[in-house]
Amino acid sequence: MIGEQFLVERRDLQKLLDALQKKGYETVGPTIREGAIVYGPIASVEDLPIGWTDEQDGGRYRLKRREDSAVFGYVVGPHSWKRFLHPPVLSLWKARRNGKGFEVVPNNAEPPQYAFIGVRSCELHAIFIQDRVFTNGKFTDPHYQARRQKIFIVAVNCVQAGGTCFCVSMKTGPRATVGFDLALTEILEGQRHYFVAEVGTEKGAEILRSVPTKPAQPSDIQIAEDRVARAARQMGRHLDTTNIRELLYRNLEHPRWDEVATRCLNCANCTMVCPTCFCTTVEDVTDLTGTEAERVRKWDSCFTLDFSYVHGGSVRASARARYRQWLTHKLASWIDQFGTSGCVGCGRCITWCPVGIDITEEVRAIRQSEAAQLSERGG
Amino acid sequence: MAKVRKPKVAVWKFASCDGCQLSLLDCEDELLAVAGAIDIAYFLEASRAVVEGPYDISLVEGSITTPHDAERIQEVRRVSKFLITIGACATAGGIQALRNFKDVKEFISIVYAKPAYISTLEKSTPIAEHVKVDFELRGCPINKYQLIEVISAFLNGRKPNVPSYSVCMECKRRGTVCVMTAYGTPCLGPVTQAGCGAICPAYHRGCYGCFGPKETPNTASLSAWWRKLGVTEQDLVRAFRGFNAYAEPFRKESEVHEQKQ
Repeated sequence: MIGEQFLVERRDLQKLLDALQKKGYETVGPTIREGAIVYGPIASVEDLPIGWTDEQDGGRYRLKRREDSAVFGYVVGPHSWKRFLHPPVLSLWKARRNGKGFEVVPNNAEPPQYAFIGVRSCELHAIFIQDRVFTNGKFTDPHYQARRQKIFIVAVNCVQAGGTCFCVSMKTGPRATVGFDLALTEILEGQRHYFVAEVGTEKGAEILRSVPTKPAQPSDIQIAEDRVARAARQMGRHLDTTNIRELLYRNLEHPRWDEVATRCLNCANCTMVCPTCFCTTVEDVTDLTGTEAERVRKWDSCFTLDFSYVHGGSVRASARARYRQWLTHKLASWIDQFGTSGCVGCGRCITWCPVGIDITEEVRAIRQSEAAQLSERGG
Repeated sequence: MAKVRKPKVAVWKFASCDGCQLSLLDCEDELLAVAGAIDIAYFLEASRAVVEGPYDISLVEGSITTPHDAERIQEVRRVSKFLITIGACATAGGIQALRNFKDVKEFISIVYAKPAYISTLEKSTPIAEHVKVDFELRGCPINKYQLIEVISAFLNGRKPNVPSYSVCMECKRRGTVCVMTAYGTPCLGPVTQAGCGAICPAYHRGCYGCFGPKETPNTASLSAWWRKLGVTEQDLVRAFRGFNAYAEPFRKESEVHEQKQ
């Protein structure tokens, strides 16, 4: 059954959620909150942003009504799935004074069993990237692993791209190819509203058995492929990744870093919304009486001064150094470290930068200035 | 175990509204633990009983605005092992530092019937301009959990967890949608120090900058973006001239826009 495709009518989508919930999954997915599409608990299909879409550009996000009642007619918002797999704040252990010594109580709380509804292809790739960071064998993060191994993934193939999307450049979408249990492509045609559902795993097949389906005909599959191909042609942004690692390593002293530093707020928003940025800090807290202590892990960012603080001060004191560190790690040294790019082209860092700094634009500026220099020398 | 002497703590007030020292009394759930851990030796807001100095920790609220206070803070420093300033008045001069941008004599002549009775300084200044300060806790008002954290850290001889990064970090950790990006609401969060828990954006308001400038704030870039959102030069002056108007990065930014008006 793996790899097979089925038709699921729109009216039967609820049955998919029901089947997951019956299996004990906590269903989470896109929902409207505070004027944006965020990820939160999805009790029923009605919690999904039916009939809504998003408009995105550098530093700008707006919800808009659609003319149809598409269930997944938008792209990605400010949240990513790392919020669930790699929580922003996590208690690691507590310690209590015990006579002359102390006892450590680890946080062994059983994490929830999540079913992620509506994971986009770029986000699947982001999860694979975090898998390499957190579960690479030698150094496994038990908290991430405990959450990760339980999840059920319902992917959604994008049939329209957003204003800051560039998954095609990063070869991470828009079609989900691996790593999902089920993948849906939403089709609205006149009065017909249905999904082409592809089975990715045995787990996915089992869930789909509880939902009324029909085998998809080659023509149905073709329609779905066409829709996804259309999204691929609509990318709002483009990033030329040709020899990008070498390009950036060659240009560590490029004047563009100074220029972007005049705009960069070093506020850390890009790293917080990035679905692959994984850095954390730990804070040790004691109570007033000194009898209890707790170690808490929190999302941190290479844009803070404390992040690079060593004896005597911060290594990256300037905004220039911090922006350069983030961009070159994401697009270049990540490849050396983990074997893949750290960027999936989701566009969040562009949309949610309060002053609209665009990673694709920064790389383009460096690449073009090099090309201009070369042609000058040649001419 | 030998009975350890509880640290003596004093709470001092200078030019301020008392809101920050009230945060200590506002620690309802934690008050017993606080009272058990420290000996509150001087805290007129809470008790008329006064224990003589010296004190292990002095919490200082308020700014220096009079010649008398300028002398009194020297005395407070002399009797204090650790001096911790609390709140925007003590750390930046407070809202009353708006006088620093004008001629204070003019205010006096307009406000008071008998200006001769008024003895005041030209400027409202933070405590650190007068004496050595061991730790500055920001906020208007301060966050009571941060206050307990600072006291706990001092009592346990460790570094307080009081980050100087942006409010944005707190918004993003709690999952709040960015008000500037999603609605175009001007927000000082990207240049303001965290600590409040990002309260205003959680209620769909822009940050007012109550915790003062963050580390390495890029106020010029944020102002340029606010202009694109339709904010006038005059409103930019007002935005940076809040409770932390006299904190240097906010002061300089407001002066830039004052000249452009």
